[in-house]
Amino acid sequence: MNARLIISIAKSLLLARWRQTLIAAIGVTFSITMFITLLSFMAGLNDLLDGLILNRTPHIRLFNEVKPNSRQPVNESPEYKNTYNFISSIKSGASRQEIYNSGPIMQALKQDSRVLGYSPKLTAQVFFNDGAVDITGVVNGIEVIAESKLFHFSDYVTEGVAIDISKIPNSIILGKGLAEKLLADMGDIVQVTTVKGERFSLKVVGYFQSGIQDFDKVQSYASINTVQKIMGKPGNYITDIQVRLKDMEIAPALAKEYTALFGADAEDIQTANSQFETGSSIRTLISYAVGITLLIVAGFGIYNILNMMIYEKMDSIAILKATGFSGKDVKRIFLFIALSIGLFGGAVGLLLGFGLSAIIDQVPFNTASLPTIKTYPVNYNPVFYAIGIIFSLITTWFAGWFPARKASKIDPVVIIRGK
Amino acid sequence: MSELILQAKHINKSFHDPVTVKVLTDINFTINKGEFVSVTGKSGCGKSTLLYILSTMDTDYEGELLIDNEMMTGKKEAGLASIRNEKIGFVFQFHYLLNEFNVLKNVMLPGLKLNKLTAAELEHRAMEKLKMLDIEKLALKKANLISGGEKQRVAIARALINDPHIIMGDEPTGNLDKKNSDLVFDIFKRLVEEYNQTMLIVTHDQSFAERTQRTIEMEDGKIISK
Ligand SMILES: Nc1ncnc2c1ncn2[C@@H]1O[C@H](COP(=O)(O)OP(=O)(O)OP(=O)(O)O)[C@@H](O)[C@H]1O
Ligand SMILES: [Mg+2]
Repeated sequence: MNARLIISIAKSLLLARWRQTLIAAIGVTFSITMFITLLSFMAGLNDLLDGLILNRTPHIRLFNEVKPNSRQPVNESPEYKNTYNFISSIKSGASRQEIYNSGPIMQALKQDSRVLGYSPKLTAQVFFNDGAVDITGVVNGIEVIAESKLFHFSDYVTEGVAIDISKIPNSIILGKGLAEKLLADMGDIVQVTTVKGERFSLKVVGYFQSGIQDFDKVQSYASINTVQKIMGKPGNYITDIQVRLKDMEIAPALAKEYTALFGADAEDIQTANSQFETGSSIRTLISYAVGITLLIVAGFGIYNILNMMIYEKMDSIAILKATGFSGKDVKRIFLFIALSIGLFGGAVGLLLGFGLSAIIDQVPFNTASLPTIKTYPVNYNPVFYAIGIIFSLITTWFAGWFPARKASKIDPVVIIRGK
Repeated sequence: MSELILQAKHINKSFHDPVTVKVLTDINFTINKGEFVSVTGKSGCGKSTLLYILSTMDTDYEGELLIDNEMMTGKKEAGLASIRNEKIGFVFQFHYLLNEFNVLKNVMLPGLKLNKLTAAELEHRAMEKLKMLDIEKLALKKANLISGGEKQRVAIARALINDPHIIMGDEPTGNLDKKNSDLVFDIFKRLVEEYNQTMLIVTHDQSFAERTQRTIEMEDGKIISK
């Protein structure tokens, strides 16, 4: 059919009522603006909150769980081969926390193209001695450079310099909460006692703030060497290898592969932190619900203006039909009007939404628990913009469809006779 | 033998709101090409009702209607719309121009819909029609800014744009003064005489009816002379 004619008629009807059209378009613009802003902000917030944990969580963690040996003597006996055996005569005590062959494993990880990087780690349970009281805590032995590169360690060191723990012998970075409990200032010496009863003095070279208070009340960081010394272990003793992948999604599959390959336990991030996904998806759901509600309200605006337009233009519709335009043509004219309101209003909404997100992105946001964040977080995901414009076209199409159908059903005889 | 343009066979029509009233009873007549026919009768005798049926806009009737030897009865809405577009021209008592457009575009609209000529050819043709009706200087004026008599002439130009088989009018001079009525009548007459245009005009105006070639008289939904 003659699309250009339909468009030119639609355009002149639109322009004849440009004020009302503009108001309907502003309704769409407003809702798309809010939709984009809300989603960008919520997604930014999600990223931030997920980042709190996920940034610092390895995609795969290799470790050795203390558990009974899976090769129990009773299973080896040919007599009991086809029975279910539950006697464990070799106890967990005989197993070690250490990762065996950590050197070759790290060599293999280095060569794996799916791996972005890894960082070895060992943790020691200790008591911090504060006068007569002992405070339980954990000293993490880390390789500062790898840990900073992969897990943003240095970002969370709020006072002092992260690299100092590898430069200054017997030094430690305390969690902010832990330091407050111990009344330890920068440069102070803190006493730690290992579970085996040995005492060490460590110098405080920095504070560390993760954003999670409970975490900061027990955690502290030192170099791998220092922790090996505290524990009285040799230089190749490590308990964890933290792996960061190029693509987080393959973590569960790769974890299985590593378990088989390295004979160590491997835990993937999805298993370790499944609750965070739930939180994110609920926040996203709320943003979509609000955005769509706004759009539906805007849709009613379009519905109204079109109904009004059709009421006013009854005569024109009647004459179009009398001179040979079919009901379908008339319907197309009004659908086109609705869609162009949706497209125009939506496009302006996208621009304004982008602008508003950019403004929010500049608003200062300082909180003690999030030392790396200076302004409100915003995620400029192009998918939101695509969804925004598609939604605005769908709503306006529906808003236009009913009035357009009404217009297409107008009986010219009734109108002409009514004059 | 002359060519048949319109045939009405046993057309009956009743309104059912609020009670069933029969408005047209067994209407039979034909119109040949080039005829100038007027329909007269007392107010309320069913002239407009008949014209709406003949114009294919009203499909709720019994009987058969043929235009250009093609059966109209039972055709779908879209099919009838394109018949109206191509074969029938309308002039109403009230002019029904689209105020959003200028005079020229109003005249061109049915032609654009028919989509047989290019816009430029159509514009040329529309200007010719306006010239023939002596209103070419109004071409670029907005349709709501011209006088009633001028509007009626624009409506006639619009009716002519696709060279229809027949032009139908429902009291096209009903709303005009004597001078303008005569003007419109002269235009119709010229169309019939010079261009062999077929005309079917419903009118109240006795002097108008007398000057047409043939008058169909109605009374109480029936044709009493044709
Ligand atoms: N929609 C309708 N519902 C019920 N009755 C109707 C309807 N339209 C018209 N009528 C009746 O049908 C009859 C014929 O009406 P019509 O308009 O055809 O008359 P007319 O001959 O054109 O009259 P006039 O010369 O005044 O225009 C009238 O009695 C009128 O009241
Ligand atoms: Mg009438």
